[in-house]
Amino acid sequence: MDPKTYKFDTLSLHAGYQPNKNAGSRQVPIYQTTSYLFDDVDHAAALFNLERGGHIYSRISNPTVAVLEERVAALEGGTAALATSSGMSAIFLTVMTLCEAGDHLVVSSQLYGGTVNLFRLTLPKFGIKCTFVKPRDTQGFKEAIQKNTKGIFGELVGNPGNELMNMPEIAKIAHEAGIPLIVDSTYQTPYLCKPFEHGADIVVHSLTKWMAGHGSSMAGVLVEGGNFNWLQNDKFPTMTKPYEGYHGLSFAEEFGPTAFTMKARAEGMRDFGPCLSPQNAWNVMQGIETLSVRMQKHCSNAEKMVKFLSNHDSVAWVSHASVPDHPDHALAKKLLPNGVGSMIAFGIKGGKEAGEAFINNVKLASHLANVGDTRTLVIHPASATHSQMDEATLKFAGLSHDMIRLSVGIEDIEDIKNDFEIGFRAAKKPKLVASQ
Amino acid sequence: MKFKVNNEKVFASTGGRPFDKSKPLIIFVHGSGLTHMCWVLQTRYFAFHGYSVLAIDLPGHGLSEGKSLKSIEDMAEWINDVIMAVGFNEASLVGHSQGCLVTVECASRYPEKIKTLSLIGGAGAIPMNPELLALAEKGDSKAVNLMMDWAHGPSGHFGGHPVPGLYHLNTGAMLIHSKKIQDTLGVDFRACDNYKNGFEAAKNLSLPTVNILANQDRMCPLNEGKKLADSIQGCELHVIDNCGHMMLLEEADKTLKVLRKFITTNYPSK
Repeated sequence: MDPKTYKFDTLSLHAGYQPNKNAGSRQVPIYQTTSYLFDDVDHAAALFNLERGGHIYSRISNPTVAVLEERVAALEGGTAALATSSGMSAIFLTVMTLCEAGDHLVVSSQLYGGTVNLFRLTLPKFGIKCTFVKPRDTQGFKEAIQKNTKGIFGELVGNPGNELMNMPEIAKIAHEAGIPLIVDSTYQTPYLCKPFEHGADIVVHSLTKWMAGHGSSMAGVLVEGGNFNWLQNDKFPTMTKPYEGYHGLSFAEEFGPTAFTMKARAEGMRDFGPCLSPQNAWNVMQGIETLSVRMQKHCSNAEKMVKFLSNHDSVAWVSHASVPDHPDHALAKKLLPNGVGSMIAFGIKGGKEAGEAFINNVKLASHLANVGDTRTLVIHPASATHSQMDEATLKFAGLSHDMIRLSVGIEDIEDIKNDFEIGFRAAKKPKLVASQ
Repeated sequence: MKFKVNNEKVFASTGGRPFDKSKPLIIFVHGSGLTHMCWVLQTRYFAFHGYSVLAIDLPGHGLSEGKSLKSIEDMAEWINDVIMAVGFNEASLVGHSQGCLVTVECASRYPEKIKTLSLIGGAGAIPMNPELLALAEKGDSKAVNLMMDWAHGPSGHFGGHPVPGLYHLNTGAMLIHSKKIQDTLGVDFRACDNYKNGFEAAKNLSLPTVNILANQDRMCPLNEGKKLADSIQGCELHVIDNCGHMMLLEEADKTLKVLRKFITTNYPSK
């Protein structure tokens, strides 16, 4: 006797949507509208009072976007989700729902450069301070917690150095302190890892990346696990105390396992408004429909590229947790049984100059500031995505000047290798190539 | 709000409005292993429309203290204790699933106090599948997964909840996981399985009653719900199409629409 609830691949295609409630349309309709008719005054009041579910204004919610939200919640094993205009706005909304001025966060040091800047430079302007801890320094996360700490934030596999944080152990540390663990799982997607199964409480994604997969649309999402007890202490008064904005509503008491998402929507989308367009939500869903098959190809291509790079005489080092001598290999096998992902960091012999020549000469791989496209992407982080960091921050984040970040696509693997050979040949003669 | 019943703290949602003793009282009683949170799309409406609402967490459930009550009869007595504890002499009761057994039993014991009875997925008996009961009593999470499977209709399995972004299969499961499965779901299932007085209690009822059923309910099949309705004098019957046992979540608006008409007609606010 086993439950017959739908499995991952089926949910990728169907979760969150019932055609019979949408004129029989097999595909999710794009509700390109700003606002929605109320049946009468009572219906309008009921929607504004959160008495009934439904849509008021597309800044707050939209039927097409809602399908995407439910779909991601279903795939992650979460209770609810809230889609935003980008991954960065999902992170910002998460922090602003969780924190007030005077609060503190403990943050992994190895993050996407934009996220580092948010935590290091922008949040202090709102009175929210952060302490950075290296992802492998599990004990350091514990030691960094202060009385006013409201959460721990990290990427399971750090960008761009591919260092893993020990999510289950750090979740225990967070929960012992009565605070949630927030994980940016963009690199993994729920196909490779479901952070809620390893103790995370809130998951954020840049849906722009592997989830959408096609490099066409910006989108982000926050997902709630539903297991965090906001009422266990007095650290989260905005979740637990009567909220003036909704007639004295206590989000935690009223909505329990969906309280965080409800607050993020009712307050955050109302006041900040980083809403996702229905067209982009629809585009992302086209990608999610093929998530598992794309991720399998991404991962198999990545493992082949790791072997290729590891054996190449132009490469000084390769970082990917699938490699047995990677310091986090055992942890990766435990947390990422379906594959480690398609992000590879490698050092090119000849340092920064060789790296620039490599990137300037590959033809198939695209040089751009994105990851998780179906196409292979390369970038030199120290001069691009992480260029706003000073030398000390670069070093603390585990970045070196010879590092190239590779997001392996799903092209034919031989074509990717051949393209890299062109880049490596150019890197050996950087000045000659530059003068051509 | 929190108050004490039999010296134990009880939590009840008041639907987002302050509890007001001058307004008629509606008590919502949840099903096995669940909490007050499954009622949010019904309670808030009544709280904003002239009623005092208590969506209670049964002892040992949700935010209420104490241990789970072991029999439907004990739960029925406890509901009466709740009415007295909040200083009321009468109330309207709304129950879902196991909550229907509790409210039918309570109404039969206290006919002078209970003014209307709204049953959602109400049967006269809920004999448990032995394997499901054993899993729940062992605290096996498979019991929760099976319950979420059986409790939702075919459409409900796809999602499509009226609250944007809410995936109700996982939300329901998380409500049960908020406590030890064996301490809530296991005890509740055993109480349901042991309870044999449903049809006898139903025969004693002479108050306005409605039974809201769903045509794809596998936990309380339509025929069982109709049998209970037939046992209650003058019981209204409403069937929601294309819906499973969790109609208060799967078809929240349709459920509210029936409740709204029934309660405001038979137990109007002043």
